[in-house]
Order: sequence, then structure tokens, then C-alpha cells
Amino acid sequence: MKRLLMTAAAAALALAATAFNASAADKLKVGFIYLGPVGDLGWTYMHEVARQALVKELGDKIETTYLENVNEGPDSERSIVQLARTGHQLIFTTSFGYMDPTVKVAKQFPKIKFEHATGYKRAPNLGTYSGRFYEGRYIQGVIAAKMSKTGTLGYIASFPIPEVISGINATMLGAQSVNPNIKVKIIWVNTWFDPGKEADAAKALADQGADVLMQHTDSPAAMQVAQQRGIYAFGQDSDMIKFGPKSQLTAIVNNWGPYYIKQTKAVLAGTWKSEDTWDGLKEKMVVMAPFTNMPDDVKKLAEKTEAGIVDGSIVPFKCPVLGQDGKPIECKGGTHLDAGQILGMNFYVKGVDDKFPSK
Amino acid sequence: MPLVLEKRAERSAFIAIASPVLAIALTLVTMSILLLALGKNPLMALYVYFVEPLTDPYSLMEIAVKASPLVMIAIGLSLCYLANVWNIGAEGQFIMGAVTGSYLAVVTNGSDVGHWLVIVMLIMGAIGGALWALIPAICRVRFGANEILTSLMLVYVADLIMDYLVRGPWRDPKGLNFPTTASFDPSATVPVILDGGRLHAGVIVTLAVVAVAAVMLGRTIKGFEIRVVGAAPRAARFAGFKSDRLVIFTFLISGALSGLAGIIEVAGPVGVLQPGISPGYGFTAIIVAFLGRLNPIGILIAGLFLALTFIGGEGAQISMKIPLDLTKVFQGVLLFYVLACDSLILYRIRLIGAQSKTA
Repeated sequence: MKRLLMTAAAAALALAATAFNASAADKLKVGFIYLGPVGDLGWTYMHEVARQALVKELGDKIETTYLENVNEGPDSERSIVQLARTGHQLIFTTSFGYMDPTVKVAKQFPKIKFEHATGYKRAPNLGTYSGRFYEGRYIQGVIAAKMSKTGTLGYIASFPIPEVISGINATMLGAQSVNPNIKVKIIWVNTWFDPGKEADAAKALADQGADVLMQHTDSPAAMQVAQQRGIYAFGQDSDMIKFGPKSQLTAIVNNWGPYYIKQTKAVLAGTWKSEDTWDGLKEKMVVMAPFTNMPDDVKKLAEKTEAGIVDGSIVPFKCPVLGQDGKPIECKGGTHLDAGQILGMNFYVKGVDDKFPSK
Repeated sequence: MPLVLEKRAERSAFIAIASPVLAIALTLVTMSILLLALGKNPLMALYVYFVEPLTDPYSLMEIAVKASPLVMIAIGLSLCYLANVWNIGAEGQFIMGAVTGSYLAVVTNGSDVGHWLVIVMLIMGAIGGALWALIPAICRVRFGANEILTSLMLVYVADLIMDYLVRGPWRDPKGLNFPTTASFDPSATVPVILDGGRLHAGVIVTLAVVAVAAVMLGRTIKGFEIRVVGAAPRAARFAGFKSDRLVIFTFLISGALSGLAGIIEVAGPVGVLQPGISPGYGFTAIIVAFLGRLNPIGILIAGLFLALTFIGGEGAQISMKIPLDLTKVFQGVLLFYVLACDSLILYRIRLIGAQSKTA
């Protein structure tokens, strides 16, 4: 009896094993590595939304897999290798901290295509992509300066990396185009995602007289605080209107879907190349949520600013850009700062009332 | 018919052996129910979790890599816990070991000084962890401060010290302000011992630690002292064992092992010092220590088993799209059953009959 049971169990296991080894052998397997949980409503959530869009578009030709909550330390390399070893031909690693592990794994698997978000190291089979989020920040600056009665904006910042610094600067330049005397208060929370800390920062900023909040962190906590306090805020990563129906002015929405579809099609067609993609409002990798809770004239101005950035008549980092000390920054791009200066930004523009962190 | 727990006159030797088996069996049953509720084939899932990783050399190596820091930390913790010393701050000692060891890698970066470097780094890491652990030990011995609180609080201090260093003085000058040191030179890296994977020399160190701990606990006076002080403090005093000295001793050993694990992890699989080097190893190791019943060999098995669930959980995410959360539920359920079943060693369950009810 015992032996019979064991044989049956072994047979069942063997059957189980063959059943999934045989599944979907012909489809292109696309893998994703996520930093947070898919339900963070922020950065990872938007990658997940894009993955779902990809499945919807190419579901009959591809199969997708994601690994969520992948630590940026010792685990990420293994997670990427696991995807590579299980037949995934295209792998998106969606956080900056995966850069070195992705480079390493790409070297080990030269036939597999890798796409790394927000990094700067590339290889023949490793491309990079990111959004020009600072374009959206510029529009937010314009709106904020129009809407603020106190003339003080509150900014919840995560880490002093160039991406965040360029966001603060673009906001400031946009705001100054409306009100040259606008002030911004910055709180560094040193986290991407910590609703408790983000809410505390939002309350502190509101207490200091900021009546428009902006954030470079991922949770809707600040939006909820703004809603309670009856002040304004901007959403981050995704449209957060349901957390602040009376507060959200607009949101910067990360729209990765079209890019994922495009790159997957390229792999299917055999035309994929390693590139550095840095798209903005024009290519719709960065999208603004509807302009809400503002008078018509502000809305018109916001729309005009957006259209201007799309057609190139408005350039956020147009020279001369003045540094915090009032001296112009070297203009490497001719009429505006060049990509390297924005991607490696390590200075504040004039009018930012904050000491540049750890310089 | 209510159930009561009744203390046994003696430890049940049979249950001591049967308890982990029963715990695993109950876990498997619970998991199968959960998997069925999710609409997944439980047999197939259990195969992916427990069997598949063992069939593949790469996964086997990864299990060893994952288990190595857990086992090393847990061995140190088990010495503390056996002596009734409650070191909860292994995570902080891990980080401080990583930090002190990394110091040499950072200052020698770019100057290839030779392979002795990594050995000195490991020694410094152990010293760093030991010194960090000395703080709660001294606080307890001198001031009677509760070591659970002090050691735990120091985790956050260690975290912030590392944070400061990688954002400030130790930041990679070419790293665009991102909070990370430069990648370690080959001479500052723990060598990989098998091609095609990440199996590194640190795993051998861990095995040596297990062996030494087993001999020490089983065959030396010191080991006897640790067990007596923990189990019967009064008897230990009569025997002339100084419990204060033992507090310092166990904290030092435990801190040194955590620190060593930290620097091996940083100089091995990670290769840079950056926030997030530990996905909570110092805390997970507490589970490993108890799962292994504070016995070195038991800890080795428990560490490997827990590592297996991590790797298997990843496999389940990839091949069966089983969410990561279920892996975490699974680890929690397992610990719950192990502790619950362990109570049967000292207690027995008895049904109270109808008679006693009416009485």
C-alpha cells in the first residue's frame, strides 16, 4: 500500500513536471524585474500597468513573467539570471539599482536582450530607457506658481540624485516663469516609498505655509494630506485623483506601455538594437493627468505650456540657466543645457532655498 | 470536549524528532489548500518549490549563496540564545561589518594591491561587527540595560551610518550622486570558486564556522558553560561561571560572525557598498536559529531549507505565476507550525471528558 502510494505520488510529480515544461514553447517570453510590490500605486504599479498593456496588445505572440519586490542588493542578479535561464528572451529591469547586475547578466547571456530603466550603462544586448520627467515638472511649476496664494511651494524629495535634482530645478524654472519671487521648501525623506514618512513631510510643509505640495516619492500619502488640509498637490507616477479629488491639480504619469510594446515588437521582428531612449511628453512616455481643480485661465496656461514643450517652443533648461549663486551655468547644448548636464545634474538653480545635499 | 495542554513529566524524545516532520507536513497541507484556493495545482507548485531547485546545479549554488549569510549569523545568535542573551541586532552588526570591511576596499580603489586585501577586509569586518555588538553587551553588564532594546535600536543607527558614508565621503565619484561606493576591485572581492555561478569562498568559511561551533558546543568547557548559564543560571553560579563575562563573550562572537557575513556579502555577491545590501538577513537569521533548534547542524539544515523556499518561491513566480506574497505566507506558516509543534515536546494535549465537565 505504501509503495503504491509512493509510486502514484512520483508519477503525479513527473506528470506535473512535464506538463509545465511543455507549456507555450513557441511564444516569446518577456520578463520584468520590479522593485516594489505591484500594488504600490507608484513606480512599480505603472510598470505593471504597462506590462498588462503589452499582454493586451501582443498576448497571442508573447508570454510575460514578473518578479516583484526584488531587492537591489544581493538578490537582483540571481533574479535576473533566473529569468534568463527560464527562456526569457527580453528582460526589462525596472529600477536604477539593477544596473550593475543587469550589466553582469547581459554579459553572461549575449543572446538575450536586456532593457534597463533609468541607468546609463549599455552593451550590445543591453539598452536603457527613461522618461524626461522634468518636462512634466516644469508644467507643474507653472501651475503651482499660479495657484499658490502664499507664494511657497512644498517639495517632498527622495534622494539627491540627478533625476530628483533636475525635477526640483525644472519646477523652479517653471514657477519662476510665472512668479519670479516664488519660494520652494524642500524636505528630503530619503526613501522612495514610505507612506508614513511622506505624510509627515507633507504635514510639516503645510505647517510651514506651503499651499501646493509636490513629491518625488511614490505613495499617495502626500495627496491625502493635501486633501485633508484643503490645499493642492500633484500626483506622482500615476493619476492619484481618487486620493485627492479636490486637491490634485495634475499628475506626472509614467507611460511605459507604448515603449514596451515597441521594443517587444522589435525583438519579434528581429530588429531590436541597443539604444538609449529618453522620451518625454512628445513621445508620450511622460503624460500629464487631466488638469483639475484650477480656474480656466490656469488650465489654458498649463495646456499652452504642455503644447510648447511638445513642439519645442518651450525648453525647460533653456540658457541662460542661473546657478544658485546667480552665475550662469555653462551652456553645453548651444541654446539649452545638454543631456549630460540634465542626466548628471548636481547643482540648484537660482532661487532654490536649500543647501545642496552632500556636495 | 475541550482540549487542554498538560505539562509532561519529561521531555518527549519521540516528539522532539517527530515535531519538525509534523510541522512540515502541516505546512504542506495548509499550503496545498491555499494553492487550491488560488486555482493552482498544489502538486505541481510543491514540486516547483522544493524539488526543481534541487535538480539544477545553478539553483543549488544559489541556495548555498543565499543560505551562507543566514547560517553564519544564526550560528552566532544561537550561542547568545543558548546563554539566555537576547541579541536581536544582528542586522546592525551585519551592516557595521560590511562598513568596516569596505573601508579598505574604498580607500584602495583603483590601486590593485594584491589578494591579501580581501583577507584583511574580512578580518576587519568581523572586528567591526564584534565591536558594534559590544555596545549592547556592555550596556547590559554595566548598566543593566535590556539588550533586546539596545541591540535592536543599534540596527537603525548602523543603517544610518552606512547611509551617511555612501552618500557622503565614500560615494563613487563617477556615480552621478547615486548613493553607492565604486565597484570593488578584483583584489577586494571574495573569489568565486566554481565557474558559471556565484558560489564564493565565503560559503566554505560558513561551513568551517558550523563545524567549529558544533565542536565547541559539544566538546568544550566553554560550550558547556554557555548551555549551563542559559539553562540553569543558579547552578552556573555555583559552578563558578561568570554570567557577565559570558554576555560579553557571546555578543562578541555573534557580532563577529554577523560582521563577517556582512563583509562577505558585500565583497562577494554584491560587489559594492550601498543601501539595501541586506534583505533583512539579520532578522531572518533569528528564524533560522530557532528553526535549527539552536544546534549548529540544525541551523545549517534550516538555513538551506529557508534558502530553498526563497529560490523555489522565485521559480514559482516564474513558471506558475504564483505571487511572491504566498512565499512569505508560506515561510510564516512554517515557523508558526514549528513553534506550535515544539510545545508538544514539553506538553501533551488531553481531551477533557464529559465527566469533568459536569463535575
